Amino acid sequence: MIASTAKTLFDRIWDAHVVQQLADDVALLYVDLHLVHEVTSPQAFAGLRAAGRSVRRPERTLATVDHNVPTGDRSLPVDDPVAVRQLDALGVNAREFGIELFDLASPNQGIVHVIAPELGATQPGMLIVCGDSHTSTHGAFGAFALGLGTSEVEHVLATQCLVLPKPGNLEAHFTGVRAPGVSAKDLILALIGRIGTAGAAGHVIEYTGDAIRTLSLEERMTVCNMSIEAGARAGLIAPDDTTFEYLRGRPRAPTGAAWDHALARWRGLRTDPGARYDTRVIIDAARVGPQVTWGTHPGMVADITGRVPNPADLATDHERRAAARALEYMGLTPGTPLAGIPIDRVFLGSCTNARIEDLRAAASVVRGLRVAPQVRAMVVPGSQRVKREAEREGLDQVFRDAGFEWRNAGCSMCLGMNADVLGAGERCAATSNRNFEGRQGRGGRTHLMSPTMAAAAAIAGQLVDVRAWRRAELA
Amino acid sequence: MEPFVRHRGSAAALPRQDVDTDQIIPKQFLRGLERTGLGASLFFDWRAQPGFELNDPATHGASILITGPNFGCGSSREHAVWALAEYGFRAIIAPSFADIFFANCCRNGVVPVQLRPGEVDTLMQRAQRATVARRYDVVVDLAELAVSDDSGFSEPFTFDPYRRELLLRGLDEIDRTLLEEPRIAEYERLHP
Repeated sequence: MIASTAKTLFDRIWDAHVVQQLADDVALLYVDLHLVHEVTSPQAFAGLRAAGRSVRRPERTLATVDHNVPTGDRSLPVDDPVAVRQLDALGVNAREFGIELFDLASPNQGIVHVIAPELGATQPGMLIVCGDSHTSTHGAFGAFALGLGTSEVEHVLATQCLVLPKPGNLEAHFTGVRAPGVSAKDLILALIGRIGTAGAAGHVIEYTGDAIRTLSLEERMTVCNMSIEAGARAGLIAPDDTTFEYLRGRPRAPTGAAWDHALARWRGLRTDPGARYDTRVIIDAARVGPQVTWGTHPGMVADITGRVPNPADLATDHERRAAARALEYMGLTPGTPLAGIPIDRVFLGSCTNARIEDLRAAASVVRGLRVAPQVRAMVVPGSQRVKREAEREGLDQVFRDAGFEWRNAGCSMCLGMNADVLGAGERCAATSNRNFEGRQGRGGRTHLMSPTMAAAAAIAGQLVDVRAWRRAELA
Repeated sequence: MEPFVRHRGSAAALPRQDVDTDQIIPKQFLRGLERTGLGASLFFDWRAQPGFELNDPATHGASILITGPNFGCGSSREHAVWALAEYGFRAIIAPSFADIFFANCCRNGVVPVQLRPGEVDTLMQRAQRATVARRYDVVVDLAELAVSDDSGFSEPFTFDPYRRELLLRGLDEIDRTLLEEPRIAEYERLHP
């Protein structure tokens, strides 16, 4: 019998990066692009220094500040001495090791997973790493992109290589056509709800199907971004004309003959007919409605037309206890309709949903309306480039007129490392990616949703079905 | 890295699933420049809650954590492992681990042991019966790939051979990789 030579997209990228097979399933892989930020890198640089090592490929390394930066007035000095220490440390490390850094003063500063794509540094077929779990975002370009811990960051800085057991390959196939008012965020939340937060553990997800092909590149980033919330090592979407058109002309994209050469190579980045995945999940996109989380991890999610579940209805004792604990933390009663739950805060931001298309979508919902009086709402663009573009289009004025705060770029209240945090008991409609206990602030209660759903919630002062709400507004 | 061959220690039970790294070490403790000083802040928010499992004096001094599936999910922060290690944990036994957390453990001499759910339940129940006067000791043997106790529990586990070797010998992974320097240079020559 002849072994099949058909490869999946993931097999293809993996094989192209193997430097050396170290053990049966463990390979030494070459890293094309290493993204660095201020929070998970100081100990790695200290390790290099202590061992007298240098950065092997500084020109393949790109740094910015995002997690721990203030999002208020950039003309003022940072007034948090602990943050300053970390920001300064990255400045010192970047200079000493010869790494390009987009610092707070840079027009290119922003969330690391927003800036690398918009600069065109993220390209199909690459192996991309960063000391951040949402590195999976870059998979939207057909790159194998994964998050690492700090020891691995140090390893990549020193060797430009990564030691990795080969993950399995899961195909998430989205058939059909999304209904109006349903976003990429809803597709990925629906998948996580279906397979669970460990559903793709040990696997790379390849997203396929008509409902993925028709997504814009930015929407694909939203999908791949949350692969990690399903436990995946990475998410991947085969590159196509949408990808190439997005990249064409970006500052770091190839030009001239190099572009033509790259394009020819990128077009070969696909899964062969007959290639085998380890696991396959099929989701009918036409049956997915706007999603809202009700619990304390992204798998605790339901359609906005649904109700807060009753833990007693769940299958296992573990699940029943976890759900009961989650509802107690969230201050929710089983059976409560999700639409109508009152909120205190709205956060439009994060590497999941703070790109220009997200801001346009949210602005289209709030235009000419006012944020409910009891709600504090903020927009934190994913990057300073996104911010400038939004201002050029007048979106900032739309948000300001509606009563939103318009802030500077950073991770902000997605993880609340800076001053942007929820108070205890505050309930937030958030476009970010994690609703863990205390994620946005100790005692804070997070409901994850799409940008249009969060925008509608800001106006209504409660969770609403953006589809029904739009009709009501127009009536 | 301190080698890990065989460790005997008292066990603490944390019967929760999907414990994310935000719980293990909340974000306000990620603002430092060092790998140290995190142990006292382990499970910071949960420790403020009465009834949190690790507040029980019977768990104090434990070096083996027994917990539920998907432990360490979410953020890649290695601070979670640094905090667990500094608190005193040398091994964590669970039905499953999040991938990045698992990798981070292996690079800090903390051994993540995956056992079947029923086996974890057995250990969990025994650990939950421990008292200050009567600890529950477990042995994690990475050389023999087995977990055992003094009450007849003895089960094998699997571990990827490459990482096992690094742990057993306490090797620096960068030193190990740099042995492949000719291969890395060759790759770079072929992929300019």
